[in-house]
Amino acid sequence: MKLTKLSALVASTALCAPMAMAQDMANELTIVSWGGSYSASQKNAYHDPYTAMTGVKIINDESSAEAVAKLRAMNEAGNVTWDVVDVVASDAMRLCDEGLAEEIDHDADLAPAPDGTPASEDFGDLLVSECFVPQIVYSTTFGYRTDLVGDTPPTSVCAIFDLEAYPGKRSLQKRPIDNMEWALYCDGVAKDEIYDVLSTPEGVTRGLDKLATIKDNVVWWSAGAETPQLLADGEVVMGSTFNGRLFSAIAEQNQPIGMLWDMQSFDLDGWIIPTGLSPERKARAMDYLRFATDTQRLADQAKYISYGPARASSAPLVGKHAELGIEMAPHMPTDPANSANVHSYDYEWWADNRDDLNAKFQAWLAK
Amino acid sequence: MSDTTQSGPVMAADGTPLKRSLNRALRRQKNRALMLIAPLLLFVLVTFILPIGDMLFRSVENQIVSETLPRTVVALESWDATSGETPDEAVYAALAIDLQIAAEAKLHTRVGSRLNYEKPGISSLFRKAGRQVKKWDVENDGPYKERFLELHKGWGDPDVWSTIQTYSPKFTNGYFLNSADLKKGADGPEWRPEDEQIYWLLLKRTMFMSMAITLSCIALAYPVAWILANLPARTSNMLMILVLLPFWTSLLVRTSAWKVMLQQQGVINDTLVWLGLVGDDARLAMINNQFGTIVTMTHILLPFMILPMFSVMKTIQPTYLRAAKSLGATNWTAFWRVYFPQSVPGIGAGSILVFILSIGYYITPELVGGTKGVFISNRIAYHISTSLNWGLAAALGAILLALVLVLYWAYDKIVGIDNVKLG
Repeated sequence: MKLTKLSALVASTALCAPMAMAQDMANELTIVSWGGSYSASQKNAYHDPYTAMTGVKIINDESSAEAVAKLRAMNEAGNVTWDVVDVVASDAMRLCDEGLAEEIDHDADLAPAPDGTPASEDFGDLLVSECFVPQIVYSTTFGYRTDLVGDTPPTSVCAIFDLEAYPGKRSLQKRPIDNMEWALYCDGVAKDEIYDVLSTPEGVTRGLDKLATIKDNVVWWSAGAETPQLLADGEVVMGSTFNGRLFSAIAEQNQPIGMLWDMQSFDLDGWIIPTGLSPERKARAMDYLRFATDTQRLADQAKYISYGPARASSAPLVGKHAELGIEMAPHMPTDPANSANVHSYDYEWWADNRDDLNAKFQAWLAK
Repeated sequence: MSDTTQSGPVMAADGTPLKRSLNRALRRQKNRALMLIAPLLLFVLVTFILPIGDMLFRSVENQIVSETLPRTVVALESWDATSGETPDEAVYAALAIDLQIAAEAKLHTRVGSRLNYEKPGISSLFRKAGRQVKKWDVENDGPYKERFLELHKGWGDPDVWSTIQTYSPKFTNGYFLNSADLKKGADGPEWRPEDEQIYWLLLKRTMFMSMAITLSCIALAYPVAWILANLPARTSNMLMILVLLPFWTSLLVRTSAWKVMLQQQGVINDTLVWLGLVGDDARLAMINNQFGTIVTMTHILLPFMILPMFSVMKTIQPTYLRAAKSLGATNWTAFWRVYFPQSVPGIGAGSILVFILSIGYYITPELVGGTKGVFISNRIAYHISTSLNWGLAAALGAILLALVLVLYWAYDKIVGIDNVKLG
């Protein structure tokens, strides 16, 4: 431990001086998110109006993919430079468990709905952790090339395992989450038994064996932009990615891509506030949080990207796309037509089993 | 005359003994030199040596168990792991107190994650217990053994307890064992289950692919360097720019360009189909595999091979070749016996550079390597930023560092580091 402390001390004395100065100087918020069209939608819906209202300058950092690792490192070094961080629900739970995210009193700290409903009721079941304020419901789902699937576009997620009807490559995310569930589902496991089966070693083998049937035809992705690119190039016939990315490829860039909503995997994305901020910085971050998660702001974000707002009271306010002028509601993962058969992945199960399954999955991939 | 024969120390002009005066001047000179390099020394120390030391330290450090569960660790000392029985009530009582304190400080999940690296499933035991133990009155709520077993039957598994016992010392070789696909068993290291073994495979693959990249760099760079070194200066400078241009282009741009070229609907496949060399339904898979990684990295690392070769070849006198030929050597003999031996230092320098750079590469393999073309450094990056198993990442990094040093030493023994010329 001595060495760790010593090097942390040396590093912090070397780094602190200019940083402390920078923070005193300006009225700034560093907000961390995922980049691309998602960050752009936040800038339009939250950052710009907030800056116009309060004069606080907002710095956009795009490191959310590594947020847990970086927050942990900042916490160990005792120098947290982020004010508000956008993470998925499971990461928020992890950060909360480890004491790296502030606990939030949802009713006291967040704005109520316009009709006075307290925030905790308005968000409802989506408040999966006491450190987390959800913004959007998004889903991981499949897109396919309309010109490469012939006259029978896929209607079931199991099309990804059907190499005869849909020959060609597929793209899947380089992680076991979702892929294992889809594999078991298509291997004949009932939807509500998936996690029971996956909890046994035989179930894990069964899932991996099912994935092995298409292993040679899979391009594994780690960034959400990869699948739309691969589809646009005609490299893959179908592939999983976040529904908003597919929306922008289809509606904004007119690519020959269709959506396959069957077994779309629901997930939440939202804000956390890191622990270890000075009182002034924390107060400013909370003020931003209250502003950015009120009913109107969440509905505004849906003008720029096809993700469903997390507040019940925002849903009726969702209107048309800001530039294209098309109705956004039918493109939301929560739209009844799209959510006939959804898969809600079990955060808690994955929190407990992630490390073990990752080890097996990564070894399986490398062989 | 008597002055010169005087015995005793020789004096300087100011009367001090010459020896001391010289020493002082020398020391002053040394101090000045030290002052001049002090900024660099400090910079290297703070930004390089200390972090590396800290990283290496993490690969053996294991204080989290004994610091978070101090009472449990002490109580467990008397328990015999080979007995096959669960520990007695005292251990469970100690755990209840430790866990309550840890859960307040939100440290219990970190111990859980740490132990989970060694025995899958422990993480969830700690998470679940932490939530409940917070509510207990740890003074009088005994007996705790039953209460823990009620929470989860995993607390009655002797393997869980032996894992806690095995990893209670402050330092461990567990991470190093893990990076060799081993784990600490009851009696010495044992292999991990077959479906979790990955590191030997990756290490062998990293070595093999780095070697392949180095060899293909040598094969491609040698003729280029030869031409550059033997053309008139004006033309060779022009051509040199062609070598340097890609070198100055962003790594990501070059990697993405290769993606576009090599993919199945890419330029090269399109051309081959157009020429009729491959069928439209049998396009070659050249990316997201080992081949893609080797091609792309060869291209990216080529300048590191050409430049040292060029600078060495530049110094080889063309008269040697002419002399050899005038003495009756064929072109090949002249090249092989006269020219090539003189160019070896350039090959050596280039190979060291390329090989060591490619062992540590991870961005390019990540983008074009698919699953079969990734290096061990991709696993290090994965453990640092995704799985957060920093100890394992540090151990893998330490192994890679040791490997490079061993190779460097072997190279010095075989070729001799004095023979390496960078210019």
